[in-house]
Amino acid sequence: MKNKKAVVYVRLKEGVLDPQGLTIHKAILNMGYDMVSSVRSGRFFELEVVSSNGRVESKVEEICSKLLANPVIENFSVEYEE
Amino acid sequence: MKFGVVTFPGSNCDYDAYSAIKLLGEKVEFLWHQSAELNGCEAIVLPGGFSYGDYLRSGAIARFSPIIKSVIRFAENGGLVIGICNGFQVLVESGLLPGALLRNKHLRFSCKFVYLRVEQTVCPFTEGCTRGEILKIPIAHKDGNYYNFQGELDELKKNNQIVFRYCDKNGNITMESNPNGSMDNIAGICNLDGNVVGMMPHPERAVEDILGSRDGIKIFQSVVGHFKKSVELEKA
Repeated sequence: MKNKKAVVYVRLKEGVLDPQGLTIHKAILNMGYDMVSSVRSGRFFELEVVSSNGRVESKVEEICSKLLANPVIENFSVEYEE
Repeated sequence: MKFGVVTFPGSNCDYDAYSAIKLLGEKVEFLWHQSAELNGCEAIVLPGGFSYGDYLRSGAIARFSPIIKSVIRFAENGGLVIGICNGFQVLVESGLLPGALLRNKHLRFSCKFVYLRVEQTVCPFTEGCTRGEILKIPIAHKDGNYYNFQGELDELKKNNQIVFRYCDKNGNITMESNPNGSMDNIAGICNLDGNVVGMMPHPERAVEDILGSRDGIKIFQSVVGHFKKSVELEKA
């Protein structure tokens, strides 16, 4: 049995309006950091995964596409830490 | 006719829906989210509220509850299903309706009366309305901003699946009358067959004069009328 950590990033697809990102961007500009030209918000998750055969990637992908991300509006990417 | 109103942890419009149906004199019972039994109900209401605390995305967790699995099967066999507010969010998350409901464009929770224009009357839930009719019904949501990619939005229009659009009190579709940034002022849509409808406004909160409007009752009357007609047809 081996433990792995799957780090999942969920991002809004390009073109999907992100009012939270826009509002955060406005706040950053109000703070005086005018070198920031855009902000997009997203989410990330850490999944502790126990694998007996090392092949968990496809199952994690399934979890992401069925639950963690809404494929209509979001993309996801996964990174693994041993 | 027998309605089932699903109660999730965090539902808060289930009793409103229940009493709206009672007002019509129809049978209604609550269906618990952990049960997979629809108990012979002939129409299912997914009510408003904050199922599972709106964790992850509104409606995302409810979609995997035992009752929703049964509701999906029921809908795929032509069963009548209406999702109101959070119920609409559950329907898009479960794939029974296309698109997604994003955070309101202005980021605020919006709770007020709006006007809706009935865009089509072929679906069972608007059969008793007239096309172009204006309904005064309240909204109460933070994630009601209907989104879909252009190709699918065109399909919705082509297939006459847009059921309600936000309008002003004269029925004009304007930017000012759009309370949340929804594409094309969309307030409610149906699936291809019309048996599944999702809408952000709350018809169950507009069923008596004391509530400020009774326009919402027409949605429930429509589906009851549709159901009774289809039972008659079967007998004949």
